[in-house]
Amino acid sequence: MKKTFKIEVDCANCASLVEEAIKKVEGVKDALVVFVTQKMKIEFEEGVDTEAVMAEVVRVAHKVEPDFCVL
Amino acid sequence: MNKKQRTMLIRILITAVLTVALMLVLDISRWPLGNIAHGLVYYLIVYLLISYDILLKAIKGIGNGRVFDENFLMAVASIGAFVLAIYTKRDDYLEAIAVMLFYQIGEFFQSYAVGKSRRDISALMDIRPDYANIETADGSLKHVDPDEVEVGQVIVVQPGEKVPIDGIVEQGVSSLNTVALTGESLPREVHGGEEVLSGSINMTGVLKIRTTKEFGESTVSKILELVEDSASHRSRSEDFITRFARIYTPAVCVAALALAVLPPLVNLMIGNEPLWSQWIYRALTFLVISCPCALVISIPLSFFAGIGGASREGILVKGANILETLSKVKTVVLDKTGTLTLGVFDVTAMHDIDDADKTDEEEKRQLVELAVLAECASSHPISKSLQRAYGKAIDHSRVSDIQEISGQGIMALVDGRQVAVGNEKLMERVGVEHCHCQASGTIVHVACDGRYAGHIVLGDMVKPHAAEAIRALHESGVEQTIILTGDSHKVADEVASKLGVDQMFSELLPADKVTKVDELLAAQVKGEKLAFVGDGINDAPVLTRADLGIAMGGLGSDAAIEAADVVLMDDDPLKIAKAIRISRKTLRIVWQNIVMALGIKAICLVLGALGIANMWLAIFADVGVMILAVFNAIRAMQVKKI
Repeated sequence: MKKTFKIEVDCANCASLVEEAIKKVEGVKDALVVFVTQKMKIEFEEGVDTEAVMAEVVRVAHKVEPDFCVL
Repeated sequence: MNKKQRTMLIRILITAVLTVALMLVLDISRWPLGNIAHGLVYYLIVYLLISYDILLKAIKGIGNGRVFDENFLMAVASIGAFVLAIYTKRDDYLEAIAVMLFYQIGEFFQSYAVGKSRRDISALMDIRPDYANIETADGSLKHVDPDEVEVGQVIVVQPGEKVPIDGIVEQGVSSLNTVALTGESLPREVHGGEEVLSGSINMTGVLKIRTTKEFGESTVSKILELVEDSASHRSRSEDFITRFARIYTPAVCVAALALAVLPPLVNLMIGNEPLWSQWIYRALTFLVISCPCALVISIPLSFFAGIGGASREGILVKGANILETLSKVKTVVLDKTGTLTLGVFDVTAMHDIDDADKTDEEEKRQLVELAVLAECASSHPISKSLQRAYGKAIDHSRVSDIQEISGQGIMALVDGRQVAVGNEKLMERVGVEHCHCQASGTIVHVACDGRYAGHIVLGDMVKPHAAEAIRALHESGVEQTIILTGDSHKVADEVASKLGVDQMFSELLPADKVTKVDELLAAQVKGEKLAFVGDGINDAPVLTRADLGIAMGGLGSDAAIEAADVVLMDDDPLKIAKAIRISRKTLRIVWQNIVMALGIKAICLVLGALGIANMWLAIFADVGVMILAVFNAIRAMQVKKI
């Protein structure tokens, strides 16, 4: 399942770092963080609890880039 | 400007004022605590004001195991500058403050300018309707979410409003501005019974529209989805830079470390002064230039701007990678019908076999009738033109056993008689002697019960801009233009020579087109790309096979939007060359930025290592490059005149 989120991320480099980090989160099949459109696309693995995965995604993203936030 | 940016701007301004004030103070040692290391306390206060967030992030970064983080490097550089200033008793604390100040100005600019251009570009593409009007029982209008409108419901669009959902005009006359959809600035007149596409703006009259699609399936939603997704397809240059950035920062840091340690050690060994502070200072200069920001930001921004500008011109590009391929196109293969010609056929002549007991008029009418009835199930442009020439409703019950023979024509039972309608190959197949017509155009032969009944000559009109379009393609650097068509050699040859197309292949079945494109692809020089342009209706397989598929007049055809990489929203062939020029301009800007950013960084590194450039110059160059790169990137948006 794919979902798109509006995000706030401050720089292009941060966006690619965040992307790298959340790709490694369990339950995330693929992820894309686009700075220019300020959007994040996440493809979840089949049958995972997306809310729990998202909580982890936000936690990991914050760790890499404290200014990152999902709107 | 958001709250974060406003706070940052205030901090930058206060710091700038305080820094200038500190520079103007004549004797700081008379101030309280001013006698400690020439007013270090005051400088530290200003320094912390501008850099506290960076220092905090740097500490957090180390906690998370991110050592080569730009915040950390800036912190090291500026604190290092302080320490050196105290150690060497030069008391030049301004440098550390300046480094942070310029760095923050750069970050502020990046966030503000990029945010603004992002919004500008998005605004170019903003055709999303916010609401739909529905008439209530008492005749007043109610705003509803377009998502809630069902298929078949009637919506009201007032002058100045966007058409939110695709539909058919039920009532009203108006002119529509379709510039956001097609780039065509001439308004389109619509009246009852006509189809209107969402995203166009109603200009003059009130329209009542019966919706034919859901909002999610409407043109406007499709386009928005496509354009928004385009930013997520990365170009190869962006991938390259991302990979480069990952190596660049650690490499510069290692170089800085080496610069700080090695030369002094060598000096010690050969018995010279080690000059530690000088080399450490040079190393700190390196750290200041270690952020690849200018590159990382300007490349996706250039592509985004290029895609945004193109969409304003009615050219939808599905991604940055596509724009990159487009710029390398050297061969353009065009389908003839619908691409270079209007695909609207007119019956230009009719030759029938004389029949003694019928008038000529009756014979002609009968010939068209047979052809139309046999072709009644076909959606081919030819059968549509025949239907138009026939001008009456078709009685489908008279036709049965329709059999379509691909690339040849149709066989069917009409009123119990075996009718064959198609080209010469079909006549040979059914074993009917046919006459070889000399007229130029598409010739449809008709045979009935094994007897030749005559033929109809259909002429296709060349599009008004077709010749100009081919010329423009050659001017924009395309080396070869090729026509592929299922039409007869004679017709294709005439069109090709009229338009100045280099090569043409005629009498191709749909499958032959795929094979032909495969052959052309195989014969291509490495690094050059082949684009196929079609109307997207019959040539989806070819569109996907070519390096780049361009669909024309893609509005309303989902198959085309699906299969193609570039969708031209109207059917003007001039847009092909324009798309190529836009891509070339974007790529040019991308390379300018790469060369400029890398070049200036390299120069700064060399000058820094030699001790010619100080930290001031380094940070100034770094921020300057980024600002230039961003402005340059935004230029990609201006595509009106290219």
